[in-house]
Amino acid sequence: MQKENVANFLLACLLMFVSFNSQAFTAKEPQEGGDAKVNTEEEIKEYIDHHLADSHYVNFFSDGETGAHYGFPLPVIIWDDGLKVFSSGRFHHGEDLVEIDGQHYRYYHSKIYKTDAEGTITYNENGFPANERPLDFSITKNVLYMLVVSILMLLVFGGLARQYKNRNIPKGSGRVLEPLVLYVRDEIAKPNIGKNYRKYTGFLLTVFFFIWILNLLGMTPLGVNVTGNIAVTMALALITFFIVQFSGTKDYWKHIFWMPGVPVPMKIILAPIEVLGMFTKPFALMIRLFANMTAGHVIIMTLLGLIVVFQNWIAGPAFFGFTIFISIIELLVAFLQAYIFTLLSALYIGMAVEEHDDHHPADNEDIPVL
Amino acid sequence: MEKLVNDFSFGLFFWQIIILVVLVILLKKLAWKPILDALNAREQGIQDALESAENARKEMQNLQADNEKLLQEARMERDSMIKEARQIKEKMIAEAKEDAQREGEKMIQQAKATIQTEKNAALADIKNQVATLSIQIAEKVVREELSTNAKQERLVEDMLDDVTLN
Repeated sequence: MQKENVANFLLACLLMFVSFNSQAFTAKEPQEGGDAKVNTEEEIKEYIDHHLADSHYVNFFSDGETGAHYGFPLPVIIWDDGLKVFSSGRFHHGEDLVEIDGQHYRYYHSKIYKTDAEGTITYNENGFPANERPLDFSITKNVLYMLVVSILMLLVFGGLARQYKNRNIPKGSGRVLEPLVLYVRDEIAKPNIGKNYRKYTGFLLTVFFFIWILNLLGMTPLGVNVTGNIAVTMALALITFFIVQFSGTKDYWKHIFWMPGVPVPMKIILAPIEVLGMFTKPFALMIRLFANMTAGHVIIMTLLGLIVVFQNWIAGPAFFGFTIFISIIELLVAFLQAYIFTLLSALYIGMAVEEHDDHHPADNEDIPVL
Repeated sequence: MEKLVNDFSFGLFFWQIIILVVLVILLKKLAWKPILDALNAREQGIQDALESAENARKEMQNLQADNEKLLQEARMERDSMIKEARQIKEKMIAEAKEDAQREGEKMIQQAKATIQTEKNAALADIKNQVATLSIQIAEKVVREELSTNAKQERLVEDMLDDVTLN
């Protein structure tokens, strides 16, 4: 029994090592993919942009010689005077227009635009396409991976929950998961929220594991960048925002609109600042996660791109080693960002549900407002 | 900034909200609640076990103290019993001695009294015998003295002489 566990653990380590390393190898491959070889700075930049963006395809890699893509198309769901659902395969990676009910759609830089029959794209003054865009509810690559992670979490943690029915101490993967759950509960939820922590622990645990797993998934050769997408982080931050506002106590709102213990002119000045603070907190959450994850992906992709740019025997191994080094840091960042997002969410919730029964006006008079 | 706005995908935002909300609700129901409940129950169980162990230890200590006390009491009782027994023994010996002495003295007294009466009886007997003997001797002497007439006459004369003298 014991031997089997050790073998499983070693296997898991090996898999992690292989997938981690293969990221560096396979991520390099698509550099030469696309319609032609990617070896100029502009092309690399475009390739990185493409990697960071969401996509309507799941592409594992492309063959530069033949222009073939290895992957599968995803369903496109658009709302444009009615719901229109079709496979993204019909775009042929942007080469073909899709005509539905007399309306032409073009897939251009991972986005769907309405065009005329020729597929003309007009540009605005900033250099972005000015064409009208339909409301795009497609199951994109990011949505797909979010669904995969959700199902994975349901299976893994549902399994852990089932284990507790028969035994007190979980076995197998539960041995690893339980300390993480305890960590979130004891180090994030309890100290920051206080006695009502139980109500919010479910949300915090979900967000923590969701972000962490997606961050780690970004480290794999699957080429996903879910948490580095501002729409995703905005959704996460928005939910935190609403939870904070809806669990705000009378004290919380009083501290925002009519700060106790300060002179009246000060109260008037503080109110707009506090109201602004309500929004800057989740905004910071959104930007922090987005920027950190995007930056990590950009650095790794850039370092790999540099190998292609230099194309010599000194730079190649050097940048390769450097990529490995940054990848290790990114593994840490993946955890850290999930932790920080959850911690700050807990902190904001804690501030909203806090009971200020220790506040006495007399005590507060002397406290300088910083 | 324009790029960010241009790249912002409302669809992705929409799906993320839906997925996250559904995931939070499902996980809360299916995973977090049972897991946290089980963890709490386990922690409570550990806490209870520790407390009961502590209680048992205290009880044990109390029992031990009680035992010690009982032992002490028993020992004291034994000591006092021994002491009492010794006292009784000494008292008994002393009493016996006293009794024996008294009895002895009484017997000696009796013996002495008996000896005295015996002696008195013997003395009286001796006196009687002496008197008998004396009478017999006196008879014999008198018979001897008065065996002849001459002697009888002399006696009478003597006696008469004495009477006159008086």
